[in-house]
Amino acid sequence: MLKDICAAVGRYTITACENTGRIMQLFLDTAARLKYANARETVRQMARLGADSLPIVLMTILFTGMVFALQTATEFVRFGAASSVGGIVAIALGRELVPVLTGVVVAGRIGAAIAAELGTMKVTEQIDALKVMATNPITYLVVPRFLAAVLMMPVLIVFANGIGNVGGWVVAHYYAGISNFTYINSIKVFADIFDVTGGMIKSMVFGGIIAIVASHKGLGAKQGAEGVGLATTESVVLSIILIFIANYFLSAVLYV
Amino acid sequence: MAEAVISLRQLNITFGTHTVLDDIDLDVYRGETLAILGPSGTGKSTVLRSMIGLLEPNGGKIYIQGEDVSEVDEDGWNRLRMKMGMVFQYSALFDFLTVGENVAFGLRQHTDKGEEEIRQIVGQMLEMVGLPDTQDLYPAELSGGMKKRVGLARAIAVSPEIVLYDEPTAGLDPIMSHNISRLIKKTQQQLHVTSVLVTHDMQSAFYAADRVAMLYKGRIVAIGTAEEMQQSANPIVKAFIEGREIKEQVIE
Repeated sequence: MLKDICAAVGRYTITACENTGRIMQLFLDTAARLKYANARETVRQMARLGADSLPIVLMTILFTGMVFALQTATEFVRFGAASSVGGIVAIALGRELVPVLTGVVVAGRIGAAIAAELGTMKVTEQIDALKVMATNPITYLVVPRFLAAVLMMPVLIVFANGIGNVGGWVVAHYYAGISNFTYINSIKVFADIFDVTGGMIKSMVFGGIIAIVASHKGLGAKQGAEGVGLATTESVVLSIILIFIANYFLSAVLYV
Repeated sequence: MAEAVISLRQLNITFGTHTVLDDIDLDVYRGETLAILGPSGTGKSTVLRSMIGLLEPNGGKIYIQGEDVSEVDEDGWNRLRMKMGMVFQYSALFDFLTVGENVAFGLRQHTDKGEEEIRQIVGQMLEMVGLPDTQDLYPAELSGGMKKRVGLARAIAVSPEIVLYDEPTAGLDPIMSHNISRLIKKTQQQLHVTSVLVTHDMQSAFYAADRVAMLYKGRIVAIGTAEEMQQSANPIVKAFIEGREIKEQVIE
Protein backbone atom coordinates (compact mmCIF):
# COMPACT_ATOMS: atom_id res chain seq x y z
CA MET A 1 0.00 0.00 0.00
CA LEU A 2 2.69 2.48 1.09
CA LYS A 3 4.85 1.30 -1.79
CA ASP A 4 2.02 2.01 -4.25
CA ILE A 5 1.49 5.51 -2.82
CA CYS A 6 5.23 6.26 -3.03
CA ALA A 7 5.32 4.93 -6.62
CA ALA A 8 2.32 7.10 -7.59
CA VAL A 9 3.86 10.20 -5.99
CA GLY A 10 7.15 9.43 -7.73
CA ARG A 11 5.46 9.00 -11.12
CA TYR A 12 3.52 12.24 -10.67
CA THR A 13 6.69 14.11 -9.66
CA ILE A 14 8.63 12.80 -12.65
CA THR A 15 5.80 13.74 -15.05
CA ALA A 16 5.51 17.21 -13.49
CA CYS A 17 9.28 17.76 -13.79
CA GLU A 18 9.25 16.51 -17.39
CA ASN A 19 6.41 18.85 -18.31
CA THR A 20 8.05 21.80 -16.58
CA GLY A 21 11.27 21.11 -18.46
CA ARG A 22 9.47 20.83 -21.81
CA ILE A 23 7.48 24.02 -21.22
CA MET A 24 10.68 25.89 -20.32
CA GLN A 25 12.41 24.45 -23.38
CA LEU A 26 9.54 25.57 -25.62
CA PHE A 27 9.65 29.04 -24.06
CA LEU A 28 13.41 29.31 -24.67
CA ASP A 29 13.08 28.00 -28.25
CA THR A 30 10.27 30.49 -28.88
CA ALA A 31 12.27 33.38 -27.39
CA ALA A 32 15.28 32.44 -29.54
CA ARG A 33 13.10 32.50 -32.66
CA LEU A 34 11.31 35.81 -32.04
CA LYS A 35 13.58 37.50 -34.57
CA TYR A 36 12.17 35.23 -37.32
CA ALA A 37 8.58 36.22 -36.53
CA ASN A 38 6.31 36.48 -39.55
CA ALA A 39 4.76 39.95 -39.23
CA ARG A 40 1.67 39.12 -41.32
CA GLU A 41 0.84 36.00 -39.35
CA THR A 42 1.50 37.78 -36.04
CA VAL A 43 -0.90 40.59 -36.94
CA ARG A 44 -3.49 38.01 -38.04
CA GLN A 45 -3.18 36.25 -34.69
CA MET A 46 -3.36 39.58 -32.81
CA ALA A 47 -6.56 40.52 -34.60
CA ARG A 48 -8.01 37.10 -33.88
CA LEU A 49 -6.99 37.13 -30.22
CA GLY A 50 -8.29 40.65 -29.64
CA ALA A 51 -11.52 40.35 -31.59
CA ASP A 52 -12.35 36.89 -30.23
CA SER A 53 -11.67 37.76 -26.62
CA LEU A 54 -12.80 41.37 -26.26
CA PRO A 55 -16.59 40.85 -25.92
CA ILE A 56 -16.30 38.08 -23.31
CA VAL A 57 -13.56 39.94 -21.41
CA LEU A 58 -15.65 43.13 -21.34
CA MET A 59 -18.74 41.22 -20.20
CA THR A 60 -16.81 39.45 -17.42
CA ILE A 61 -15.09 42.57 -16.13
CA LEU A 62 -18.22 44.76 -16.39
CA PHE A 63 -20.09 42.51 -13.99
CA THR A 64 -16.99 42.04 -11.81
CA GLY A 65 -16.74 45.81 -11.38
CA MET A 66 -20.45 46.01 -10.69
CA VAL A 67 -20.49 43.27 -8.06
CA PHE A 68 -17.35 44.62 -6.40
CA ALA A 69 -18.96 48.05 -6.08
CA LEU A 70 -22.19 46.43 -4.86
CA GLN A 71 -20.35 44.67 -2.03
CA THR A 72 -18.07 47.56 -1.05
CA ALA A 73 -20.39 50.55 -1.57
CA THR A 74 -23.15 49.30 0.76
CA GLU A 75 -20.75 48.59 3.61
CA PHE A 76 -18.53 51.63 3.08
CA VAL A 77 -21.50 54.02 3.00
CA ARG A 78 -22.72 52.52 6.29
CA PHE A 79 -19.32 53.29 7.87
CA GLY A 80 -19.15 56.76 6.31
CA ALA A 81 -16.37 55.85 3.94
CA ALA A 82 -18.22 56.47 0.67
CA SER A 83 -15.28 58.59 -0.52
CA SER A 84 -13.11 55.45 -0.66
CA VAL A 85 -15.32 53.28 -2.88
CA GLY A 86 -14.14 54.54 -6.30
CA GLY A 87 -10.49 54.20 -5.37
CA ILE A 88 -10.90 50.74 -3.84
CA VAL A 89 -12.76 49.47 -6.91
CA ALA A 90 -10.20 51.00 -9.30
CA ILE A 91 -7.21 49.60 -7.40
CA ALA A 92 -8.70 46.13 -6.99
CA LEU A 93 -9.66 46.01 -10.65
CA GLY A 94 -6.39 47.43 -11.98
CA ARG A 95 -4.01 45.44 -9.82
CA GLU A 96 -5.68 42.06 -9.46
CA LEU A 97 -9.17 41.43 -10.79
CA VAL A 98 -8.77 42.65 -14.36
CA PRO A 99 -5.40 40.98 -15.14
CA VAL A 100 -6.28 37.68 -13.43
CA LEU A 101 -9.83 37.38 -14.74
CA THR A 102 -8.78 38.46 -18.23
CA GLY A 103 -6.05 35.82 -18.05
CA VAL A 104 -8.57 33.17 -17.03
CA VAL A 105 -11.01 34.17 -19.79
CA VAL A 106 -8.28 34.26 -22.44
CA ALA A 107 -6.92 30.91 -21.23
CA GLY A 108 -10.38 29.44 -21.72
CA ARG A 109 -11.09 31.17 -25.02
CA ILE A 110 -7.77 31.55 -26.85
CA GLY A 111 -5.58 29.03 -24.99
CA ALA A 112 -8.13 26.29 -25.69
CA ALA A 113 -8.33 27.36 -29.35
CA ILE A 114 -4.53 27.28 -29.74
CA ALA A 115 -4.24 23.84 -28.09
CA ALA A 116 -7.08 22.43 -30.21
CA GLU A 117 -5.72 23.95 -33.42
CA LEU A 118 -2.13 22.75 -32.93
CA GLY A 119 -3.35 19.41 -31.53
CA THR A 120 -5.44 18.82 -34.64
CA MET A 121 -2.48 19.75 -36.83
CA LYS A 122 -0.34 17.30 -34.89
CA VAL A 123 -2.68 14.32 -35.20
CA THR A 124 -3.37 15.00 -38.90
CA GLU A 125 0.38 15.12 -39.70
CA GLN A 126 0.27 18.83 -40.61
CA ILE A 127 3.11 19.49 -38.13
CA ASP A 128 5.16 16.78 -39.87
CA ALA A 129 4.27 18.38 -43.21
CA LEU A 130 5.70 21.68 -41.96
CA LYS A 131 8.95 19.97 -40.91
CA VAL A 132 9.18 18.13 -44.23
CA MET A 133 8.81 21.48 -45.99
CA ALA A 134 11.84 22.76 -44.05
CA THR A 135 9.67 25.02 -41.89
CA ASN A 136 10.19 25.04 -38.14
CA PRO A 137 6.77 24.61 -36.43
CA ILE A 138 7.86 26.79 -33.49
CA THR A 139 8.79 29.68 -35.78
CA TYR A 140 5.71 29.29 -37.97
CA LEU A 141 3.07 28.47 -35.37
CA VAL A 142 4.20 29.25 -31.82
CA VAL A 143 6.09 32.54 -32.26
CA PRO A 144 3.16 34.48 -33.83
CA ARG A 145 0.73 33.17 -31.21
CA PHE A 146 3.15 33.97 -28.38
CA LEU A 147 3.75 37.51 -29.65
CA ALA A 148 0.03 38.07 -30.27
CA ALA A 149 -0.86 36.96 -26.73
CA VAL A 150 1.89 39.01 -25.08
CA LEU A 151 1.07 42.15 -27.09
CA MET A 152 -2.73 41.95 -27.07
CA MET A 153 -3.29 41.15 -23.40
CA PRO A 154 -2.35 44.70 -22.24
CA VAL A 155 -4.74 46.13 -24.86
CA LEU A 156 -7.54 43.99 -23.45
CA ILE A 157 -6.56 45.16 -19.98
CA VAL A 158 -7.00 48.84 -20.92
CA PHE A 159 -10.52 48.25 -22.27
CA ALA A 160 -11.38 45.95 -19.36
CA ASN A 161 -10.28 48.53 -16.76
CA GLY A 162 -12.42 51.11 -18.49
CA ILE A 163 -15.56 49.01 -18.55
CA GLY A 164 -14.96 47.63 -15.02
CA ASN A 165 -14.77 51.13 -13.56
CA VAL A 166 -17.86 52.19 -15.48
CA GLY A 167 -19.69 49.19 -14.01
CA GLY A 168 -18.48 50.10 -10.52
CA TRP A 169 -19.58 53.70 -10.93
CA VAL A 170 -23.06 52.72 -12.20
CA VAL A 171 -23.72 50.58 -9.12
CA ALA A 172 -22.08 53.01 -6.67
CA HIS A 173 -24.03 55.95 -8.07
CA TYR A 174 -27.45 54.48 -8.83
CA TYR A 175 -27.61 51.79 -6.15
CA ALA A 176 -25.61 53.20 -3.23
CA GLY A 177 -26.26 56.88 -4.00
CA ILE A 178 -22.62 57.94 -4.12
CA SER A 179 -22.25 61.16 -6.11
CA ASN A 180 -20.29 61.29 -9.36
CA PHE A 181 -17.81 63.78 -7.88
CA THR A 182 -17.16 61.62 -4.80
CA TYR A 183 -16.66 58.48 -6.88
CA ILE A 184 -14.35 60.06 -9.47
CA ASN A 185 -12.42 62.06 -6.86
CA SER A 186 -11.89 58.85 -4.90
CA ILE A 187 -10.28 57.25 -7.95
CA LYS A 188 -8.05 60.32 -8.38
CA VAL A 189 -6.98 60.31 -4.72
CA PHE A 190 -6.40 56.62 -4.11
CA ALA A 191 -5.55 55.09 -7.47
CA ASP A 192 -2.41 55.57 -9.47
CA ILE A 193 -1.63 54.99 -13.14
CA PHE A 194 0.75 52.22 -12.00
CA ASP A 195 -2.26 50.28 -10.73
CA VAL A 196 -3.22 49.88 -14.39
CA THR A 197 0.26 49.64 -15.94
CA GLY A 198 1.28 47.07 -13.31
CA GLY A 199 -1.77 45.04 -14.32
CA MET A 200 -0.72 45.39 -17.95
CA ILE A 201 2.75 44.04 -17.11
CA LYS A 202 1.12 41.11 -15.31
CA SER A 203 -1.14 40.44 -18.27
CA MET A 204 1.85 40.23 -20.63
CA VAL A 205 3.28 37.45 -18.46
CA PHE A 206 -0.12 35.74 -18.38
CA GLY A 207 -0.38 36.01 -22.17
CA GLY A 208 3.02 34.36 -22.51
CA ILE A 209 1.99 31.57 -20.11
CA ILE A 210 -1.24 30.94 -22.02
CA ALA A 211 0.44 30.81 -25.45
CA ILE A 212 3.36 28.60 -24.36
CA VAL A 213 1.26 26.16 -22.30
CA ALA A 214 -1.38 25.87 -25.05
CA SER A 215 1.28 25.35 -27.72
CA HIS A 216 3.09 22.79 -25.57
CA LYS A 217 -0.11 20.82 -24.98
CA GLY A 218 -1.22 21.12 -28.62
CA LEU A 219 2.12 20.06 -30.10
CA GLY A 220 2.24 17.15 -27.65
CA ALA A 221 -1.29 15.90 -28.41
CA LYS A 222 -1.59 12.14 -28.75
CA GLN A 223 -3.36 10.46 -31.65
CA GLY A 224 -7.03 11.04 -32.31
CA ALA A 225 -9.85 13.35 -31.30
CA GLU A 226 -9.62 12.21 -27.68
CA GLY A 227 -5.97 13.31 -27.58
CA VAL A 228 -6.89 16.76 -28.90
CA GLY A 229 -9.70 17.09 -26.34
CA LEU A 230 -7.38 16.09 -23.52
CA ALA A 231 -4.68 18.51 -24.67
CA THR A 232 -7.24 21.33 -24.76
CA THR A 233 -8.55 20.62 -21.26
CA GLU A 234 -5.05 20.23 -19.80
CA SER A 235 -3.96 23.46 -21.46
CA VAL A 236 -6.78 25.47 -19.84
CA VAL A 237 -6.34 23.92 -16.40
CA LEU A 238 -2.56 24.28 -16.33
CA SER A 239 -2.66 27.85 -17.70
CA ILE A 240 -5.13 28.95 -15.02
CA ILE A 241 -3.08 27.35 -12.22
CA LEU A 242 0.12 28.97 -13.50
CA ILE A 243 -1.63 32.35 -13.85
CA PHE A 244 -2.67 32.27 -10.19
CA ILE A 245 0.81 31.23 -9.04
CA ALA A 246 2.53 33.84 -11.22
CA ASN A 247 0.04 36.48 -10.05
CA TYR A 248 1.11 36.09 -6.43
CA PHE A 249 4.80 36.58 -7.22
CA LEU A 250 4.13 39.43 -9.66
CA SER A 251 2.00 41.23 -7.06
CA ALA A 252 4.77 40.76 -4.51
CA VAL A 253 7.32 42.26 -6.89
CA LEU A 254 5.17 45.03 -8.38
CA TYR A 255 3.06 46.27 -5.48
CA VAL A 256 4.65 45.31 -2.15
CA MET B 1 24.74 1.35 -61.91
CA ALA B 2 23.45 4.86 -61.22
CA GLU B 3 24.46 6.80 -58.13
CA ALA B 4 22.59 5.93 -54.91
CA VAL B 5 20.64 9.01 -53.78
CA ILE B 6 19.38 7.43 -50.56
CA SER B 7 21.24 4.63 -48.79
CA LEU B 8 20.21 2.84 -45.62
CA ARG B 9 22.86 0.80 -43.84
CA GLN B 10 21.95 -1.63 -41.04
CA LEU B 11 19.08 0.67 -40.08
CA ASN B 12 17.45 -0.22 -36.79
CA ILE B 13 14.38 1.41 -35.30
CA THR B 14 12.66 0.25 -32.15
CA PHE B 15 9.59 1.59 -30.35
CA GLY B 16 10.04 0.63 -26.70
CA THR B 17 10.90 -3.06 -26.78
CA HIS B 18 9.35 -3.62 -30.21
CA THR B 19 11.82 -3.76 -33.10
CA VAL B 20 10.19 -2.15 -36.14
CA LEU B 21 13.14 -2.10 -38.53
CA ASP B 22 15.80 -4.76 -38.16
CA ASP B 23 19.13 -4.13 -39.92
CA ILE B 24 17.73 -2.72 -43.15
CA ASP B 25 20.13 -2.20 -46.07
CA LEU B 26 18.64 -0.42 -49.06
CA ASP B 27 19.79 1.82 -51.93
CA VAL B 28 17.56 4.12 -53.97
CA TYR B 29 19.20 5.11 -57.25
CA ARG B 30 19.00 8.46 -59.00
CA GLY B 31 15.95 8.82 -61.22
CA GLU B 32 14.27 5.55 -60.25
CA THR B 33 11.02 4.87 -58.46
CA LEU B 34 11.46 2.29 -55.73
CA ALA B 35 8.35 0.85 -54.15
CA ILE B 36 8.48 -0.58 -50.66
CA LEU B 37 5.71 -3.15 -50.56
CA GLY B 38 4.41 -5.10 -47.61
CA PRO B 39 1.46 -5.79 -45.36
CA SER B 40 0.18 -3.17 -42.92
CA GLY B 41 2.17 -2.67 -39.73
CA THR B 42 5.40 -4.04 -41.10
CA GLY B 43 7.44 -0.82 -40.88
CA LYS B 44 7.06 0.67 -44.38
CA SER B 45 6.08 4.17 -43.27
CA THR B 46 8.80 4.01 -40.60
CA VAL B 47 11.40 3.59 -43.36
CA LEU B 48 10.01 6.59 -45.20
CA ARG B 49 9.78 8.79 -42.12
CA SER B 50 13.35 7.99 -41.15
CA MET B 51 14.53 8.97 -44.67
CA ILE B 52 13.24 12.51 -44.17
CA GLY B 53 14.23 12.91 -40.52
CA LEU B 54 10.81 12.57 -38.89
CA LEU B 55 12.10 9.54 -36.98
CA GLU B 56 15.55 9.11 -35.56
CA PRO B 57 17.03 5.62 -35.96
CA ASN B 58 18.27 3.68 -32.96
CA GLY B 59 21.13 2.25 -34.99
CA GLY B 60 22.63 2.21 -38.47
CA LYS B 61 23.18 4.99 -40.99
CA ILE B 62 21.13 6.94 -43.50
CA TYR B 63 22.89 8.68 -46.37
CA ILE B 64 21.08 11.29 -48.47
CA GLN B 65 23.07 12.18 -51.58
CA GLY B 66 26.14 10.75 -49.85
CA GLU B 67 25.68 12.82 -46.67
CA ASP B 68 25.48 10.94 -43.36
CA VAL B 69 22.34 12.44 -41.80
CA SER B 70 23.30 11.35 -38.28
CA GLU B 71 25.81 14.18 -38.40
CA VAL B 72 23.52 16.96 -39.63
CA ASP B 73 21.79 19.45 -37.36
CA GLU B 74 18.36 21.03 -37.88
CA ASP B 75 19.68 23.50 -40.45
CA GLY B 76 21.36 20.62 -42.27
CA TRP B 77 18.08 18.69 -42.31
CA ASN B 78 16.25 21.74 -43.62
CA ARG B 79 18.84 22.08 -46.41
CA LEU B 80 18.29 18.42 -47.36
CA ARG B 81 14.50 18.73 -47.06
CA MET B 82 14.52 21.60 -49.56
CA LYS B 83 15.51 18.94 -52.11
CA MET B 84 12.78 16.56 -50.97
CA GLY B 85 9.01 16.42 -51.14
CA MET B 86 6.64 14.11 -49.33
CA VAL B 87 3.08 13.05 -50.04
CA PHE B 88 1.40 11.97 -46.81
CA GLN B 89 -1.02 9.08 -46.33
CA TYR B 90 -3.84 11.41 -45.27
CA SER B 91 -2.56 14.28 -47.41
CA ALA B 92 -1.72 16.51 -44.40
CA LEU B 93 -2.85 19.62 -46.27
CA PHE B 94 -2.85 22.76 -44.13
CA ASP B 95 -6.55 23.11 -43.42
CA PHE B 96 -6.36 26.86 -42.69
CA LEU B 97 -4.95 27.57 -46.16
CA THR B 98 -6.62 27.30 -49.57
CA VAL B 99 -5.47 24.76 -52.15
CA GLY B 100 -3.49 27.48 -53.94
CA GLU B 101 -1.84 28.62 -50.69
CA ASN B 102 -0.98 25.01 -49.81
CA VAL B 103 0.75 24.46 -53.14
CA ALA B 104 2.48 27.86 -52.90
CA PHE B 105 3.61 27.26 -49.29
CA GLY B 106 7.15 26.03 -50.00
CA LEU B 107 7.69 28.66 -52.69
CA ARG B 108 6.64 31.49 -50.37
CA GLN B 109 8.69 30.16 -47.46
CA HIS B 110 11.92 29.37 -49.24
CA THR B 111 12.21 31.24 -52.53
CA ASP B 112 12.37 34.86 -53.63
CA LYS B 113 9.84 34.32 -56.42
CA GLY B 114 7.27 37.06 -56.94
CA GLU B 115 3.55 36.51 -56.46
CA GLU B 116 2.89 36.42 -60.23
CA GLU B 117 5.50 33.70 -60.79
CA ILE B 118 4.21 31.74 -57.78
CA ARG B 119 0.67 31.97 -59.16
CA GLN B 120 1.90 30.60 -62.49
CA ILE B 121 3.76 27.69 -60.88
CA VAL B 122 0.77 26.85 -58.69
CA GLY B 123 -1.46 26.88 -61.76
CA GLN B 124 0.94 24.58 -63.64
CA MET B 125 1.19 22.14 -60.73
CA LEU B 126 -2.57 21.95 -60.28
CA GLU B 127 -2.99 21.52 -64.04
CA MET B 128 -0.47 18.68 -63.96
CA VAL B 129 -2.38 16.80 -61.25
CA GLY B 130 -5.65 17.42 -63.07
CA LEU B 131 -7.15 19.96 -60.68
CA PRO B 132 -7.28 23.31 -62.45
CA ASP B 133 -9.61 25.95 -60.98
CA THR B 134 -9.39 24.60 -57.44
CA GLN B 135 -6.99 27.24 -56.09
CA ASP B 136 -9.55 29.01 -53.96
CA LEU B 137 -11.10 25.90 -52.41
CA TYR B 138 -10.22 24.78 -48.88
CA PRO B 139 -9.04 21.21 -48.19
CA ALA B 140 -12.33 20.44 -46.39
CA GLU B 141 -14.13 20.98 -49.72
CA LEU B 142 -12.09 18.30 -51.54
CA SER B 143 -12.59 14.54 -51.91
CA GLY B 144 -9.93 12.08 -50.68
CA GLY B 145 -8.49 11.61 -54.19
CA MET B 146 -8.37 15.36 -54.81
CA LYS B 147 -6.56 15.91 -51.51
CA LYS B 148 -3.91 13.34 -52.48
CA ARG B 149 -3.41 15.10 -55.81
CA VAL B 150 -3.10 18.50 -54.12
CA GLY B 151 -0.61 16.88 -51.72
CA LEU B 152 1.42 15.76 -54.73
CA ALA B 153 1.19 19.23 -56.33
CA ARG B 154 2.44 20.77 -53.06
CA ALA B 155 5.30 18.27 -52.85
CA ILE B 156 6.56 18.89 -56.40
CA ALA B 157 5.96 22.66 -56.54
CA VAL B 158 9.43 23.37 -55.11
CA SER B 159 11.09 21.18 -57.79
CA PRO B 160 12.45 18.53 -55.43
CA GLU B 161 15.02 15.95 -56.48
CA ILE B 162 13.46 13.26 -54.27
CA VAL B 163 9.74 12.59 -53.70
CA LEU B 164 8.52 10.25 -50.96
CA TYR B 165 5.00 8.81 -51.15
CA ASP B 166 3.39 7.36 -48.02
CA GLU B 167 0.51 5.05 -49.02
CA PRO B 168 -0.69 7.40 -51.78
CA THR B 169 -3.53 5.10 -52.88
CA ALA B 170 -4.80 4.09 -49.42
CA GLY B 171 -8.52 4.57 -49.03
CA LEU B 172 -9.17 5.34 -52.70
CA ASP B 173 -11.37 3.50 -55.18
CA PRO B 174 -9.56 1.41 -57.86
CA ILE B 175 -10.02 4.02 -60.59
CA MET B 176 -8.65 6.86 -58.45
CA SER B 177 -5.84 4.56 -57.23
CA HIS B 178 -4.81 3.96 -60.83
CA ASN B 179 -5.00 7.69 -61.58
CA ILE B 180 -2.66 8.40 -58.66
CA SER B 181 -0.28 5.63 -59.80
CA ARG B 182 -0.26 7.15 -63.30
CA LEU B 183 0.46 10.53 -61.76
CA ILE B 184 3.42 9.12 -59.82
CA LYS B 185 4.82 7.64 -63.04
CA LYS B 186 4.17 10.87 -64.95
CA THR B 187 5.92 12.91 -62.24
CA GLN B 188 8.96 10.67 -62.39
CA GLN B 189 9.08 10.81 -66.20
CA GLN B 190 8.48 14.56 -66.56
CA LEU B 191 10.48 15.86 -63.61
CA HIS B 192 13.13 13.10 -63.47
CA VAL B 193 12.81 12.85 -59.71
CA THR B 194 13.94 9.96 -57.56
CA SER B 195 10.89 8.49 -55.83
CA VAL B 196 10.24 6.15 -52.94
CA LEU B 197 6.73 4.77 -52.85
CA VAL B 198 5.50 3.02 -49.72
CA THR B 199 2.36 1.02 -50.32
CA HIS B 200 0.50 -2.19 -49.69
CA ASP B 201 -1.20 -1.77 -53.08
CA MET B 202 0.56 -4.29 -55.37
CA GLN B 203 -0.98 -2.97 -58.57
CA SER B 204 0.21 0.53 -57.81
CA ALA B 205 3.72 -0.69 -56.89
CA PHE B 206 4.09 -2.89 -59.96
CA TYR B 207 2.72 -0.18 -62.28
CA ALA B 208 4.59 2.88 -61.00
CA ALA B 209 7.89 1.48 -59.71
CA ASP B 210 11.11 0.50 -61.48
CA ARG B 211 12.05 -1.74 -58.55
CA VAL B 212 10.05 -3.20 -55.72
CA ALA B 213 11.35 -4.12 -52.26
CA MET B 214 9.28 -6.45 -50.10
CA LEU B 215 9.35 -5.51 -46.41
CA TYR B 216 8.12 -8.01 -43.91
CA LYS B 217 8.41 -7.82 -40.12
CA GLY B 218 11.06 -5.10 -40.30
CA ARG B 219 13.26 -6.83 -42.88
CA ILE B 220 13.70 -6.55 -46.64
CA VAL B 221 12.95 -10.11 -47.74
CA ALA B 222 13.18 -9.57 -51.52
CA ILE B 223 13.99 -6.82 -54.02
CA GLY B 224 13.80 -6.69 -57.81
CA THR B 225 11.91 -5.36 -60.80
CA ALA B 226 8.14 -5.76 -60.97
CA GLU B 227 8.53 -8.78 -63.28
CA GLU B 228 11.13 -10.40 -61.04
CA MET B 229 8.92 -9.95 -58.00
CA GLN B 230 5.85 -11.30 -59.76
CA GLN B 231 7.82 -14.43 -60.69
CA SER B 232 9.65 -14.66 -57.36
CA ALA B 233 9.94 -18.03 -55.68
CA ASN B 234 10.25 -16.33 -52.30
CA PRO B 235 7.41 -17.82 -50.21
CA ILE B 236 6.61 -14.50 -48.48
CA VAL B 237 6.44 -12.58 -51.77
CA LYS B 238 4.35 -15.37 -53.35
CA ALA B 239 1.99 -15.49 -50.39
CA PHE B 240 1.57 -11.67 -50.42
CA ILE B 241 0.97 -11.51 -54.19
CA GLU B 242 -1.53 -14.37 -54.04
CA GLY B 243 -3.25 -12.78 -51.04
CA ARG B 244 -2.61 -15.79 -48.83
CA GLU B 245 -1.85 -15.65 -45.15
CA ILE B 246 1.90 -15.60 -44.56
CA LYS B 247 2.60 -18.53 -42.29
CA GLU B 248 5.12 -18.17 -39.47
CA GLN B 249 7.13 -21.24 -40.56
CA VAL B 250 7.65 -19.58 -43.95
CA ILE B 251 9.39 -16.68 -42.26
CA GLU B 252 11.63 -18.88 -40.18
